[in-house]
Amino acid sequence: MNDTTKGRVSRRRLLNWAAALGALMALPARAWATVSRPETAFDATALDQALMALGQTPTRHEGVIFTTPDIAENGAVVPIRVEVDQTVLPNVSKVSVLVEMNPNPLAAVFDIAPGTEVYIETRVKVAQTGNLYAVVESDGQLFMASRETKVTLGGCGG
Amino acid sequence: MRRQSDDAMTLYRFVMMIPRWWLLLMVVPALADEGIFDQYRDLMGDDNPAIFVIEEGEEFWVQSQGPSAATLEACDLGLGTGVTRGAYAQFPRYFADTDRVMDIETRLLYCMETLQGRDREVIAAKPYSLRGDFGTELEALVTWLAAESEGMTIAPEQAHPKERAMYAMGEEIFFYRAGPHDFSCATCHEQSNKRIRLQQLPNLTEHTEVAEAYGSWPAYRMSQGLVRTMGWRLQDCFRQQRWPGLIFGSEVSIALQTYMAVNAAGGVMTAPGLKR
Amino acid sequence: MAGRIKIRAQKKGELTEVKALMRHPMETGMRKDQAGESIPAHFITEVAVLHGDQTVMQAHWGAAVSANPFLGVRFQGGQAGDAVRVVWTDNQGGTGEGETTIR
Repeated sequence: MNDTTKGRVSRRRLLNWAAALGALMALPARAWATVSRPETAFDATALDQALMALGQTPTRHEGVIFTTPDIAENGAVVPIRVEVDQTVLPNVSKVSVLVEMNPNPLAAVFDIAPGTEVYIETRVKVAQTGNLYAVVESDGQLFMASRETKVTLGGCGG
Repeated sequence: MRRQSDDAMTLYRFVMMIPRWWLLLMVVPALADEGIFDQYRDLMGDDNPAIFVIEEGEEFWVQSQGPSAATLEACDLGLGTGVTRGAYAQFPRYFADTDRVMDIETRLLYCMETLQGRDREVIAAKPYSLRGDFGTELEALVTWLAAESEGMTIAPEQAHPKERAMYAMGEEIFFYRAGPHDFSCATCHEQSNKRIRLQQLPNLTEHTEVAEAYGSWPAYRMSQGLVRTMGWRLQDCFRQQRWPGLIFGSEVSIALQTYMAVNAAGGVMTAPGLKR
Repeated sequence: MAGRIKIRAQKKGELTEVKALMRHPMETGMRKDQAGESIPAHFITEVAVLHGDQTVMQAHWGAAVSANPFLGVRFQGGQAGDAVRVVWTDNQGGTGEGETTIR
């Protein structure tokens, strides 16, 4: 194996990732969870508490492109997308998604490997109308974008 | 005594007034917000968790169950023993072996009983998921069978006199006002461009709308995290109308499904759908 | 039932786009069932997307991720025919795994 076949990822970095993943996968699930899961942040019951547990209060950055629907058909399944314009915000290694009005605002944290586009799509539960936040970490700093999504009460069936 | 009847009179007058003004509030003409959830649906994309339930349904079909340790593969869904492709689209239909019109769910129960030796009462006691459940066998089977008819023309049989009689019964029930709110199905589903809160109400008397509605059930209901069938949908409508509970597998259920299916005939099966 | 993952992986220019749908109840632990009993929390806590033996993304999830979760990611490179895997672990020790090849 030589470095050129791995593109921009150095062999050492790659082996670290592979070893980490291998070790994590080999451990009992609970052990994997405690190795790198930001438990305090997930347990936080208020937005600012969760953000402090993630590191700091993030500053807004136009490089964080956050897409959520203006209005969701139901709160159990709300599609979201987080992209980062790496020309204005490089070295993003982590993306976190928070839902302000949820009992525990932190919904997910994505660790992005070097060489991976910052592009995440998922679906989250939104308890009620309020702000959603996409927080990215770049070189130890936190940046964010936020959007309000309205959640409707059901009418009937359909 | 006198006081009680005065109160009763006042209450009676109040109750009699409810349906009209409530209807005005509830069934609001749809605003020019057609497509209010387009952005939401675009972002959702095509990935419908119903695909898992389709697989689970197929697994139930070939699974040996019951005292007879048999699968459902010999079940006749109207197109011949074991033919599943296109069968759902032709329900409800008359079956000579039972001498009655059946919907897909009652037919499945019949096959479970006769082929597998299972107790229909046990299955009929809990055909649909309750809160906390993750899907029932019947819901999965119906989902798979609907997928086996995906893209096909809705074509319920109406050749037999009992099939036509079932349609007539369904039509009568559809327009029948009852319950504390004097609701009929028609109250909400006889006009186009109506909604309750932000949910469009399909006009089930108009071909294009009923075809789209009927053809999209069973559907994965996002708010519940599982697939629901047309039989369940009707049961839930009855609950919302404050009507007596719709008995699973009853003629009323089959009649209403027949009414909708026939009105939808010629349309296309798109199920399993994705709904709120 | 648990453990199933449907994955699609497609080239989009020089990027590979992966879309995965996972079978999982993602129960928050805050709901009660029909009988009034609390439904225990049961949700995916860790999930990873691998291209060959390289992890392109690893995520920690809470119960606020929707039931039957969806995950879409993109990464640089990847050739048609390459293996893409998605693996997960949940809070009850369950695991799931799925694999596909890039088209």
